[in-house]
Amino acid sequence: MTVAPKREAYDVVVIGAGPAGLAAAATSAEAGLTTLLLDENIGPGGQVFRAISSTPVTERSQLGADYWAGADLVQSLRASSAEVIHRATVWSLDRNLDIAVSIGGASAFVRAKRVILATGALERPFPIPGWTLPGVMTAGAAQTMLKSSALVPDGRTVIAGQGPLLWLLAAQILRLGGRIDRILDTTERGNYLAALPHAFAFLTSPYFTKGLSMMREVKAKVRVVSGVTELAATGDGQLTSVSYVAGGKRETIPADLLLLHQGVVPNVNLAMSADVEHRWDDLQLCWSPVLDASGNSSVPGIAIAGDGAGIGGANAAVVRGRIAARAAVEALAAAAAAKLPAMATLRADLAKAERGRVFLDTLFRPSPQFRIPSGDTIVCRCEEVTAKDVLDSVAIGATGPNQLKAYRRTGMGPCQGRLCGLTVTELMAQARGKTPQEIGYYRLRAPVKPITLAELAAVPKSEADIKAVVRG
Amino acid sequence: MTQTVDAIVVGGGIHGCSTALHLCLAGLKPVLIEKDYAGRHASGVNAGGVRQLARHIPEIPLSIRSMGIWEKIKDLLDDDCSFESHGQVLVAENEEELAVCRARVAELNALGFTHEELIDATELRRLVPAVAETCPGGVVSRRDGAANPAQTTTAFRRKAQQLGATVREGVAASNIRYSDGLWYVAVGAETFAAPVLVNAAGAWAGKIAAALGEPVPVETVAPMLMITSRVPHFIDPVVILRGRKLSFKQFTNGTVLIGGGHLATPYQDRNETVLDWKSLATSARTVFELFPVMRSATIVRAWAGIEAKMKDDIPVFGPSSRHKGLYHQFGFSLHGFQLGPGAGAVMAELIVNGGTQTRISELGIDRFHPSTL
Repeated sequence: MTVAPKREAYDVVVIGAGPAGLAAAATSAEAGLTTLLLDENIGPGGQVFRAISSTPVTERSQLGADYWAGADLVQSLRASSAEVIHRATVWSLDRNLDIAVSIGGASAFVRAKRVILATGALERPFPIPGWTLPGVMTAGAAQTMLKSSALVPDGRTVIAGQGPLLWLLAAQILRLGGRIDRILDTTERGNYLAALPHAFAFLTSPYFTKGLSMMREVKAKVRVVSGVTELAATGDGQLTSVSYVAGGKRETIPADLLLLHQGVVPNVNLAMSADVEHRWDDLQLCWSPVLDASGNSSVPGIAIAGDGAGIGGANAAVVRGRIAARAAVEALAAAAAAKLPAMATLRADLAKAERGRVFLDTLFRPSPQFRIPSGDTIVCRCEEVTAKDVLDSVAIGATGPNQLKAYRRTGMGPCQGRLCGLTVTELMAQARGKTPQEIGYYRLRAPVKPITLAELAAVPKSEADIKAVVRG
Repeated sequence: MTQTVDAIVVGGGIHGCSTALHLCLAGLKPVLIEKDYAGRHASGVNAGGVRQLARHIPEIPLSIRSMGIWEKIKDLLDDDCSFESHGQVLVAENEEELAVCRARVAELNALGFTHEELIDATELRRLVPAVAETCPGGVVSRRDGAANPAQTTTAFRRKAQQLGATVREGVAASNIRYSDGLWYVAVGAETFAAPVLVNAAGAWAGKIAAALGEPVPVETVAPMLMITSRVPHFIDPVVILRGRKLSFKQFTNGTVLIGGGHLATPYQDRNETVLDWKSLATSARTVFELFPVMRSATIVRAWAGIEAKMKDDIPVFGPSSRHKGLYHQFGFSLHGFQLGPGAGAVMAELIVNGGTQTRISELGIDRFHPSTL
């Protein structure tokens, strides 16, 4: 059934129903603002609480207590007056706060006084030789299948990469009876030393004990190879083996499934298409929006909360969602803000939730050879552009990602740069001896997700149709 | 520190780049100044139409001159610019529109122009098999085609640089002034001086002209384009409509570019545009009606480039009516891309020889002299 938005205009439109979006929409609606929550998935939860109200995995210990915390957020949203629409893909947002959303194959336009973007994170590209082979997928995709359908790998499975999510996924696969043959840990040895100064904050953070017990749980059952410095997937049209170098020794092992993961980065596409200013984050190695302490972006009326504002994890996302919503309430209905927790309290909560983050960011900072490929390794999957192709274009005058589009069409395919953007920026920066900030990123354009011509054609007519202008 | 050169070209669109290149070919050493990078605005993001078809009569000689250069573009630039010549077809959707086409072709023929050719329903169907059956005919310009605009503009810039042009990108021209027979332009900490200044600054050119005492009726516009995912090959020529705002082109990779002049809101000072999706929906409806094969294609991206549009829709091209050594080359009003190569060649002739064989007399800035406004 298709549900169109009930109004044409709202006080607050929240985009994304992960931790940040759920918290933001509930807070805004509780304060009496007309609130619309638009979310692409079939139910609330985003990635971290995916399928929170529908998962077939009912044994609570298998997905862990952190996962089930999402149920409380959903509860308070449902108790509020927020209007919630799922399977709703926002495909355009601009600085006038006009929003175009596709719901069940029909597009609607709504306008907001404030927009809170809670579009979360994406997995960082992991462009190793053979990463486009069938049989190679991201750990996140595997986790999606696990949460929504209780599907776990049963063939020869290798997990490679680094970061907290990798260990969480491994633990979840094992608890559900899935198979993992080997874990190839790509964490750079030098990172342990670099992270040391931040270790105290980490030791006293909630990540520490949980993370440690999870790694212990996994290491008891699976062979873990650490210090992996090279990685390649091989096979003729289908993955058959994974080869790697650790401690200077190369080894090749047969595999049916390779799960890759080296952390997550903000999903910036919608914010960038609305011309929100972003900066290169040298620690997290990604683009992050420029925000004030309440999450307000460079575009008046657009705030960003959750991992889309810079990776901070689920607990921080919830608090950032509340902060952004409280700021919206202060702006639109100052009297109602008194009902909400004070900003100072929320900021203290955020500081607590972000404790240990610098340690994790430093420890799990991916090494250059896994971010910046060379030779025939594919960079842009949509247009099958290799690292060498990119360097050749730089040699004849492509100075940044937007010029590269003209030479190689990188970033112009259906993924809109989600799978190649960071790689292209860093590769061009390295080739030209510039910083990623100087090189810049693709100028992103709506529709942020493709819509059919038929759907666009079905949008109601406007008076602009009649205006006559010479054709170009 | 002032560097003296032969000419200063302000604006790194296809026009500024082409003029810089042709000045180099004539043995001059120009400097090209672009506040962003070559092809950042309309020149790099337009529909890429290489079209003589349906042009205003005053600019047809320039367009024909340009077409000759397009056909040898690879010899000029060492880059094929992805130029393809499959013709451009103007479709009449009914008999009234066809009658307008007939009159237009007759008018051109009387003036001695033969590039536009009236076609009947059979020839239209042969050229564009996918077009709706109700269309009775149209006009074709067979030598026309399309090129990749960003690739083309970049290729002009690169070749100009190879032949000795100095290129300054990323810093705006400022403090433009004339003194003792020389034009002075500051670019950041540098200053260039030359006897010749070419104002090819696109959407920013009107301000330069006004500051130099030659205000003209110009507005900043941002025509929108959108591109689809790949669909099976079904059309070769570029198609435009007689009665509705649509241009339509399928690339060799299968993607289809849909344009036609619906406008976004430009925010010129921020280099930004805000798209008008309700107008783009109108383009989508037109395509939906005319090309049923396109209905399930997806729209992957839409955008708009910022440019200058004159009140009378034809460019300002030629020497200043007030200042010695100043030349204008702007206001191409949504159809400047095809003219770029020829306009650069003619501008170089004006600068070097003081005149040209190509008829441009109706494009001068003097047509906006206060007495004629």
